[in-house]
Amino acid sequence: MTAIPAFAPAYPEIFMALAALALLMLGVFRKNDSMTLVTWLSVLVMTATAVLAVHGTDSAVTFNKLFVVNGFTVFAKVLTLLGAGLTLVLINVWAQGEKVARFELPLLVLFSVLGMMLMISANDLIALYLGVELQSLSLYVLAAYHRDNQRATEAGVKYFVLGALASGLLLYGSSLVYGFAGTTTFEGLATAVKSGPDSIGVTIGIVFVISGLAFKVSAVPFHMWTPDVYEGAPTPITAFFSVAPKIAGLCLFLRALVGPFAGMIEQWQQVIIVIAVLSMTWGAIAAIAQKSIKRLMAYSSIGHVGYALIGLVVGNEEGARGLLFYLLIYLFMNVGTFAVIMSMRVKGKYVEEIGDLAGLSRNNPGMAMALAILMFSMAGIPPMAGFLGKFYIFVAAVNAGFVALAVVGLLASVVGAFYYLRLIKIMYFDEPTAAIIDPPGLTTGIIMAVSSALMLLFFIVPAPLVSGAEAAARALFLG
Amino acid sequence: MTALSTFIDNLPILTIVTFLPLVGAAFILMTRGEAQVVARQSRYVALWTTLLTFLLSLVIWFQFENGTANFQFEERLDWLPQYRISYHMGVDGISMLFVILSTFLTPLCILASWDSIQKLVREYMIAFLVLETMMVGMFCAMDMVLFYVFFEGVLIPMFLIIGVWGGGRRVYSAFKFFLYTLTGSVLLLVALLAMYFQVGSTDIPDLMAAKFSRDMQLWLWLGMFASFAVKVPMWPVHTWLPDAHVDAPTAGSVILAGVLLKMGGYGFLRFSVPMLPEASEYFTPLVFGLSLVAVIYTSLVALVQTDMKKLIAYSSVAHMGFVTIGIFALNQQAVEGAIFQMLSHGVVSAALFLCVGVVYDRLHTRDIDRYGGLVNNMPRYAFAFMVFMLASVGLPGTSGFVGEFLVLTGTFQMNSSVALLAATGVVLGAAYMLYLYRRVVYGELTKTDVKAMVDLEPREIAILAPIIVVVMWMGIYPMAFLDVMDASVAHLLRNYHDALATRAAEIAPLGSSLLAWVW
Repeated sequence: MTAIPAFAPAYPEIFMALAALALLMLGVFRKNDSMTLVTWLSVLVMTATAVLAVHGTDSAVTFNKLFVVNGFTVFAKVLTLLGAGLTLVLINVWAQGEKVARFELPLLVLFSVLGMMLMISANDLIALYLGVELQSLSLYVLAAYHRDNQRATEAGVKYFVLGALASGLLLYGSSLVYGFAGTTTFEGLATAVKSGPDSIGVTIGIVFVISGLAFKVSAVPFHMWTPDVYEGAPTPITAFFSVAPKIAGLCLFLRALVGPFAGMIEQWQQVIIVIAVLSMTWGAIAAIAQKSIKRLMAYSSIGHVGYALIGLVVGNEEGARGLLFYLLIYLFMNVGTFAVIMSMRVKGKYVEEIGDLAGLSRNNPGMAMALAILMFSMAGIPPMAGFLGKFYIFVAAVNAGFVALAVVGLLASVVGAFYYLRLIKIMYFDEPTAAIIDPPGLTTGIIMAVSSALMLLFFIVPAPLVSGAEAAARALFLG
Repeated sequence: MTALSTFIDNLPILTIVTFLPLVGAAFILMTRGEAQVVARQSRYVALWTTLLTFLLSLVIWFQFENGTANFQFEERLDWLPQYRISYHMGVDGISMLFVILSTFLTPLCILASWDSIQKLVREYMIAFLVLETMMVGMFCAMDMVLFYVFFEGVLIPMFLIIGVWGGGRRVYSAFKFFLYTLTGSVLLLVALLAMYFQVGSTDIPDLMAAKFSRDMQLWLWLGMFASFAVKVPMWPVHTWLPDAHVDAPTAGSVILAGVLLKMGGYGFLRFSVPMLPEASEYFTPLVFGLSLVAVIYTSLVALVQTDMKKLIAYSSVAHMGFVTIGIFALNQQAVEGAIFQMLSHGVVSAALFLCVGVVYDRLHTRDIDRYGGLVNNMPRYAFAFMVFMLASVGLPGTSGFVGEFLVLTGTFQMNSSVALLAATGVVLGAAYMLYLYRRVVYGELTKTDVKAMVDLEPREIAILAPIIVVVMWMGIYPMAFLDVMDASVAHLLRNYHDALATRAAEIAPLGSSLLAWVW
């Protein structure tokens, strides 16, 4: 008989799972239109989960070393919950407007977030895989949620097929690692990797694991699904895709590589350098030709993942801090931008061409200014928070001696600046078209205003956020 | 009374001058009502804010202590404590006058845009106020990251000013301006980070005190050069300037020529020379070469221009060539001359663009051939234009003479052939400016629409008169300006020559060690 494991470290996840089931019941037994109720209850659940996570166990490993909690996982979970909560509000606004409101929608979000939290806390390759799958399966359904829409279903299928392939790669890599290292727990792997001679089998396994994870965070060359899924899925769901899974995926990426595989940093560093450089440059170049703003955002997020991966390449505390801080800024930039995209409606109908933004500065100066601030921030121009995000990443890179990588990244950011500026050009320089974009709703309006205001605020007082990221990064390297 | 004066002495005057325009911008943002009313209010709020900023900036000048090279009016606040990067402001004899230049030109820009800007007036005024904050902040920043933030932040309002309110190929020019400058700037950022890791601080005084190895200096110098050379602009990366000038609205050109170009020269003086003395010495021939090409080649190009703004834009490149020669001649006369030339060019080229704006507002063309004989119906205009034209040429008694003379004197002591070649620029400058003036102002007044043009109105006199006063003042009594910078320049040069004297005797071979450092 084994002892009963300690449950306390996992209270946030347990609470969330139970609450999700309870909300499922609520949705089933309430007859009509319970989505708004379930949405707000879900937001409440996420808030409570975040509170539980923050005030819960500081640092522990439980469930036979499958599950770990420390300062890093708490920070990552709070970020994920924040991103999911904000986008869930947007999802509700959209679903109500499109008359496709069903209570399953917030629940799918809730379950995928649960998967993300398990990913972040995974301390074993099996636990990692289970978390990834719980997340991914919910995401596939979300992508195809708008089932009467041809593009949405196509996006769902595409996402599913390619996602299943990536999961296969991940699983195959894990099994190789297990076969050659003899264990799947992170601690066991860390000692095996550190003590034993470099095993080619483990190296190949790691490359497969990296490929699988790179797919989940849509890093080049595993990014092909991203533009199609971003374009096909309903806008607020795309917003969710671009925020929560990316944050969780990158945090998992970080934990998996600097934890169990720390001893093989020289092997995986080269791979991540290539992925980061490709993501930054291709994200910048491919976005130039895009006409659909959602595809543009897809390439933009590919580029941002590239920058975040520089923090991973560095592979030390400073890099981790840069990555976490970057993700925090990225979260608000993306949520704000998608709130704007969601407000791109002409007489109630959604439009997605970037040309539709023409003359927005005259028809709706507030929205134009919010988007302009967000775009300058994405381009990394001071005085916007996006600059500080890149700054911390590049500081870490230069400090660790990756000067050439930093130069490539900065030059890619110049190319990237071009297409962000293009949006501003369309809003401010071009003559308005006949189609006038409707004023945004209250909720979306607040979200975009707050996000853009935060870009300035975070720039002026970054210290508390950086301290938070720093504490989280330190916890990661303690154990 | 003492309590009051200590209170006033302790006011963070640099922060106030830097951010006061933003307060005005916030007021403008809050105006509501009919478009006409909003536009009128925006204009007045912007004008009064910038005037008040100018008056407050004069306080800096009056309280400024000449004869010391120390940074004055220092302020410091924690900003990124993890990296000990702080909000550190201060001015010395090199930067203080640029602050005044920025605050002096901005109200004139607002006045110059009074009638000519009718579209999105509120946004225009906000953009100018933000621009002023960025410019002043850049010259006051005593922390390199802070400097970089303001340096880059300038791009945002200027991009919008060219793109939204410009003419012609405004979109093309706005993008060209932004991307050229940004490309240079990111390399500056890498240099900045590399310096930070050597020194452990981004505080400018700390960086000045730090010593870098020769190899590292060369790389850092190139990184900074990429940024400052684009900004100055030096040949061959000057091509954004004519486009930006031609397509920007008048006030945008004024700020571009008047202040933005000075950021490059200021950067050389603040960073390249004091922090990287060995590299500065090493690369002096490069700077001289590029500057001479700029002086001679762009002067020749200016001769054949048919567009008034383009002509003045090329003349700016030529004049800034003098500045870079002066900075890297590195003796007291040349460097002071370079700074003086920057200030002089700041007001003179700004005034010339304003003069172009005056006739452009009436005839809506900048084509030189479309004018002629303006002296007959616009005598006041002809007078003002003549003063600025002669100042640009460098006539004794105007500000242009002092700067050019000092630069040439200083350069001659260092390298007489460079001075000789640079002096041809003065001759060519006289040629293209007089030629421009003859074509626009003299000749027969035959064209009917030109005949219908009326002379300067009071608003335009109010814009041009102060500049005439300043130009003459700088020309007749330059000591008022040179005294301010004397001590700081002397300090800069002393440190520079000390650093060169004490450098390690052994010089590592290039190439291999440079590569080793990068990787």
